[in-house]
Amino acid sequence: MRTTIHSLKKGQRAIIREFDIDVVPLKLLEMGCLPGNEVQLLQIAPFGDPLYLEINGSHLAIRVETAREIEVDLLNPPL
Amino acid sequence: MSSENINVALIGNPNTGKTSVFNHLTGLNQQVGNYPGITVEKKIGFSKLPYNIKANILDLPGTYSLNASSIDENVVIELLLNKNDKLYPDVALVVTDVENLKRNLLLFTQIKDLEIPTILVINMADRMEYKGITLDIPYLEEQLNTKIALISSRKGTGIEALKNLIVSYKSISTKPCLDASSIDPEYFNKLRHAYPSQSVYKLWLVICQDVNFGHLERHEIQNSFTKSHSELKRLQQKETIKRYQFINDVLKIGQTIDTAVAKDFRSKLDRVLTHRVWGYVIFFAVLFLIFQSIFDWSSYPMDFIDATFANLSAYTSNHLPPGMLTDLLSQGIIPGIGGIVIFIPQIAFLFLFISILEESGYMSRVVFLMDKIMRRFGLSGKSVVPLISGTACAIPAIMATRNIENWKERLITILVTPFTTCSARLPVYAIIIALVIPDQRVLGILNLQGLTLMLLYLLGFLAAIFSAYVLNKILKIKGKTFFVVEMPNYKLPLFKNVAINVIEKTKAFVYGAGKIILAISIILWFLASYGPGKNFNEAQAIVIEKSHHKNYTEAELETAVASHKLENSYIGLMGKSIEPVIAPLGYDWKIGIAIISSFAAREVFVGTLATIYSVGDTENEEPIKNKMAAEIHPQTGRKVFNFASGISLLLFYAFAMQCASTLAITKKETNSWKWPLAQLIFMSAVAYVAALVAYQFLK
Repeated sequence: MRTTIHSLKKGQRAIIREFDIDVVPLKLLEMGCLPGNEVQLLQIAPFGDPLYLEINGSHLAIRVETAREIEVDLLNPPL
Repeated sequence: MSSENINVALIGNPNTGKTSVFNHLTGLNQQVGNYPGITVEKKIGFSKLPYNIKANILDLPGTYSLNASSIDENVVIELLLNKNDKLYPDVALVVTDVENLKRNLLLFTQIKDLEIPTILVINMADRMEYKGITLDIPYLEEQLNTKIALISSRKGTGIEALKNLIVSYKSISTKPCLDASSIDPEYFNKLRHAYPSQSVYKLWLVICQDVNFGHLERHEIQNSFTKSHSELKRLQQKETIKRYQFINDVLKIGQTIDTAVAKDFRSKLDRVLTHRVWGYVIFFAVLFLIFQSIFDWSSYPMDFIDATFANLSAYTSNHLPPGMLTDLLSQGIIPGIGGIVIFIPQIAFLFLFISILEESGYMSRVVFLMDKIMRRFGLSGKSVVPLISGTACAIPAIMATRNIENWKERLITILVTPFTTCSARLPVYAIIIALVIPDQRVLGILNLQGLTLMLLYLLGFLAAIFSAYVLNKILKIKGKTFFVVEMPNYKLPLFKNVAINVIEKTKAFVYGAGKIILAISIILWFLASYGPGKNFNEAQAIVIEKSHHKNYTEAELETAVASHKLENSYIGLMGKSIEPVIAPLGYDWKIGIAIISSFAAREVFVGTLATIYSVGDTENEEPIKNKMAAEIHPQTGRKVFNFASGISLLLFYAFAMQCASTLAITKKETNSWKWPLAQLIFMSAVAYVAALVAYQFLK
């Protein structure tokens, strides 16, 4: 299974991998969501969507359907 | 030394305190208007700088980059690309937040590449110690090829230094800080060759912009240079990566962050405010507080305003020489203006709360909390802001939908927002509730009248949600959801910002609505004071003849003549002609007139009744409410404002689309007459049916 931002657990950090830029809004790229940058899942909204992230020092929320498109490499795999 | 006028543009990401900087530079010396043809707010202020230089300071809408994704952001690009614009800046100030410097610098590097003298304003310097941030300003100035003003708009520090920097704008380098054309050298070289006189970066921006937004002169660029959407986006990504590489390199040396020192207040608050239980509890408590302020706290100043205008009306008619002009003043204009002024307390309270919620950063948490729930109804988390603002006025609320990225969600929000109970409905509700709902307490604490008002708010909100649900099923619009919300840091709202915002918004509303109400009340007065033919002009004789067997006192006769005149005036005839349509709802022709006139704006209802009831009745300074309560229906012999007709009226006003300004704004925001027309027909039909059913059931 692909590891995406959606599969992160609360508090988990990861590094963003390449993704299909046609499905990710330009605004998100401009906020720092770029390959190689760090992402941390801070909060999950009640009912599981949207996700509250810290990406490259920026705090922002995106929907699960976008988070599913962004593949990542875990930084601190859960024990 | 001669005085000089310069243009200064304030540019920056949202939530960087840009508006605070603007307020510091200009004080209250600002003008809020619109950009021609669009409803984007245009804020210009004036500032006196050292050396006798005067500056026009333009506060541009917040934007994350020069790639516009809304018409607000587009304003920024249109201005910066058009050297002939009379507001084209001599110097640009890019306002950044020291805690988000990396992301904020992205926009800075883009502005810098436009070769405009650019000053980097690093705001919130007071937070540096708290967050363990230190900056090497000389290094940053050198690397970024600019001058830096380190300020704190919260504490008011660094503003004088910033003013001095602005004055010496001519000494700031206009050299770009990086060469964007290296993302595709071949393509950019061709561009440079084809248009040697143009800045290649500006050409690139023009090519990138979505044609839907503006009328940039794209056609001047040959088709051979256009690329597919996907290709463009790939290049834009490359450009963004390149800019971040540059920024990272600069900040690696220029900025140090000691994370051991950094305190984290945000995550603790977030945990509570976005909690699955506490989050909603707090949100509803905030809503309750807002409504409490509208229902309860604002009633004191409102009663005072009401009484003042009633007295003023009576005073004018008693002390000015009798005549047409005095009548127009005391019966048309003064009650008309009173009808507007009475809104001020409620509007001000609403804007106060909304402004505090936005300034503090809480609104983003509400968006986060509500998104999933709202989506079930075809709305977005971002629809919460318009729906709350809609309780003040649908016009700013509809404008606030602009940051909803998905067109379908945005359209539905625009269409249903007018159902929320705006403040223009309040005076109508207030007077009718006072007439037909007993002033009693139930269960010891709840006031029945207050409860009714609360239910009407709830009804408006449910109507909005329910219609959204239906629209979501009907509308077949496919669109990508590009939902991205910045979660800004929590901030204590600044009194000055909130105060200026409340004053500006209230002023705009009062002037905007005021013009319509004033015009309508003058027209109404004329229509009610004149009429065609014998029936109107010989009213006195007709009444005397008809009533010769009754022993009228002089005062009774006068009243009888006045009411005969009103019935046969132009407006009376208009009201009578629609009576068959509204009689099943329980209304008489006088209410009919009020309904006709309030299709331009709801709040005109009370003013219209005030005008109608006071025409020919100048000595009486009784509040309009008592006159309405005493009104007897000539056919049924019952009170005109009884329980059944009252509930029917309340429902009619809850649902009907009676606001020309809202229709106009919907037309502007959706760019089509189809949607405002749909709003008008759908809402009015719902209103008619609801009022009909209620009256027939209750009578």
